[in-house]
Amino acid sequence: MDETADAIKRVIQSGAGAVVTKSIGREPREGYPNPTVVELPHGILNAMGLPNPGVEAYVEEMKELTNVDVPVIGSVFSDSEKGFSFLAKKMELYGADAVELNLSCPHAHGYGFEVGSQPDLVENIVKTVKETVKIPVFAKLSSNVTSIVEIGKAAEEGGADGVVAINSVKALKIDVDLKKPILYNKIGGYSGRGIKPIGVRCVYELAKEISIPIIGAGGVEKGEDAVEYILAGASAVEIGAGVYYRGLTVFKKVCKEITEWMKRNGYNAVDEFKGVALR
Amino acid sequence: MMYPRVVRIHKVVEETKDVKTVFFPFDERVEPGQFFMVLIPDVDEIPMSVSYLLDESKGFTFKRVGDATNKLFEKKAGDLIGVRGPLGNGFNIHGEKILFVAGGTGVASVAPAVEKALSQNRETVVALGAKNREELFFVERLKERGAEVHVATDDGSIGYHGLVSDLMLELVEGDSFDLVVTCGPEQMMKKVVEVCSKKGLDVQASLERHIKCGMGVCGQCCVCGGLRVCVDGPVFDGETLSKCRDFGLFKRDASGKKVYIH
Repeated sequence: MDETADAIKRVIQSGAGAVVTKSIGREPREGYPNPTVVELPHGILNAMGLPNPGVEAYVEEMKELTNVDVPVIGSVFSDSEKGFSFLAKKMELYGADAVELNLSCPHAHGYGFEVGSQPDLVENIVKTVKETVKIPVFAKLSSNVTSIVEIGKAAEEGGADGVVAINSVKALKIDVDLKKPILYNKIGGYSGRGIKPIGVRCVYELAKEISIPIIGAGGVEKGEDAVEYILAGASAVEIGAGVYYRGLTVFKKVCKEITEWMKRNGYNAVDEFKGVALR
Repeated sequence: MMYPRVVRIHKVVEETKDVKTVFFPFDERVEPGQFFMVLIPDVDEIPMSVSYLLDESKGFTFKRVGDATNKLFEKKAGDLIGVRGPLGNGFNIHGEKILFVAGGTGVASVAPAVEKALSQNRETVVALGAKNREELFFVERLKERGAEVHVATDDGSIGYHGLVSDLMLELVEGDSFDLVVTCGPEQMMKKVVEVCSKKGLDVQASLERHIKCGMGVCGQCCVCGGLRVCVDGPVFDGETLSKCRDFGLFKRDASGKKVYIH
């Protein structure tokens, strides 16, 4: 629900406090043929293949979002410093309130975590983008690396205003009747319930080592999932698969459930319990 | 769970030179107007409305138009496909007298709705449009069930000579209906919906969009201010469609780019 202005507006009406666009690249990409998404018992497996209409066409969607009441974060992907800064600049011109660098898509050759698994490259990308735009820059990180902390430190070193952890986890499902991978692209990214402990672990490790804000992502569908991420040190959370599990009302429900949990535990503000589990 | 169920095709019927029906075992309840994501291994997974609703099996009727449908067209009894569904809302059949307007392969999704209406003893009039006599199908099927069937062809080779939306105009002039149900090319449905809103008739149309996830998450199939064809549709009522700026105007390709409908 992050592709068109209309869909994004519906998400905002459903109670999201900020929205992240689909990852946008320089040229239009159709992505992979279907099946691109399947549900598994404990999560959702997808290989969309970074479909997007290209940054020039995306202005049409962005200009319809200039008057919304919540921050719009433009997500971009590229394979180089120059490419990232070009796209980030476009997003800034289009009115984005912040930009998220997709350094973590697990299933698009030459992009995503293939770029985001090299600390030097991550640092240079973030640095180049920071020199190009005035809006905050977030780096979305992958768990498919030996040390996410090393990548997080590189992003911080490059001047990132925050990191997002995590993107979907590289995974494969083989259908036993067809005797072949179920997704057209074979390899996909696993998200939803099953990856929450991985996401929480990554946020926890990052929070111990870096001082910039962390946005938690991966398996948030209930208020207590968000609370877990915040206890691990996150300042905010992103929701994707939760839209499937609980419908578009997931945003309002999660907010309400966080408030209820806070009441039960005697907290008045998120900052009061942020990172408490790290102590 | 939203995962393809692998099934063995048990019967294939040729409806016209380019249209076939495949039947597969599926004993769960499916509503007319609902659809499945149909996996054609190694090629694609595409949305298809159900055209037959039997107790033990269901069917899809389709025209060969692209890679996936061409491959499915070659399939025989015994071959494997995957089916994910039933998905979407389906038609809400109500009222004493119903007019069904279908163009091209739209009749595939309308036919089970006609049969449901007949089984509930509703008065049922059907208008079917096609390019020519050879491309028409399901006429006998619906007549045998007891529907009043009118036919329109672009070349006049059978029935009314002209568009089914013009034939529909004549039908609603001379009669009153509690509900109009339509499926077919979007320009045709747009006309049908316009006629209905002018006349104050209740109308439901089944939309087709490029669908990827089929579970309301990816946003690829959104229309009318963020309504998802895969879970909020594919059937929308006239009130919703009258306010919808993309209906009859544009669709989105796999990249999300607008493609205008001619």
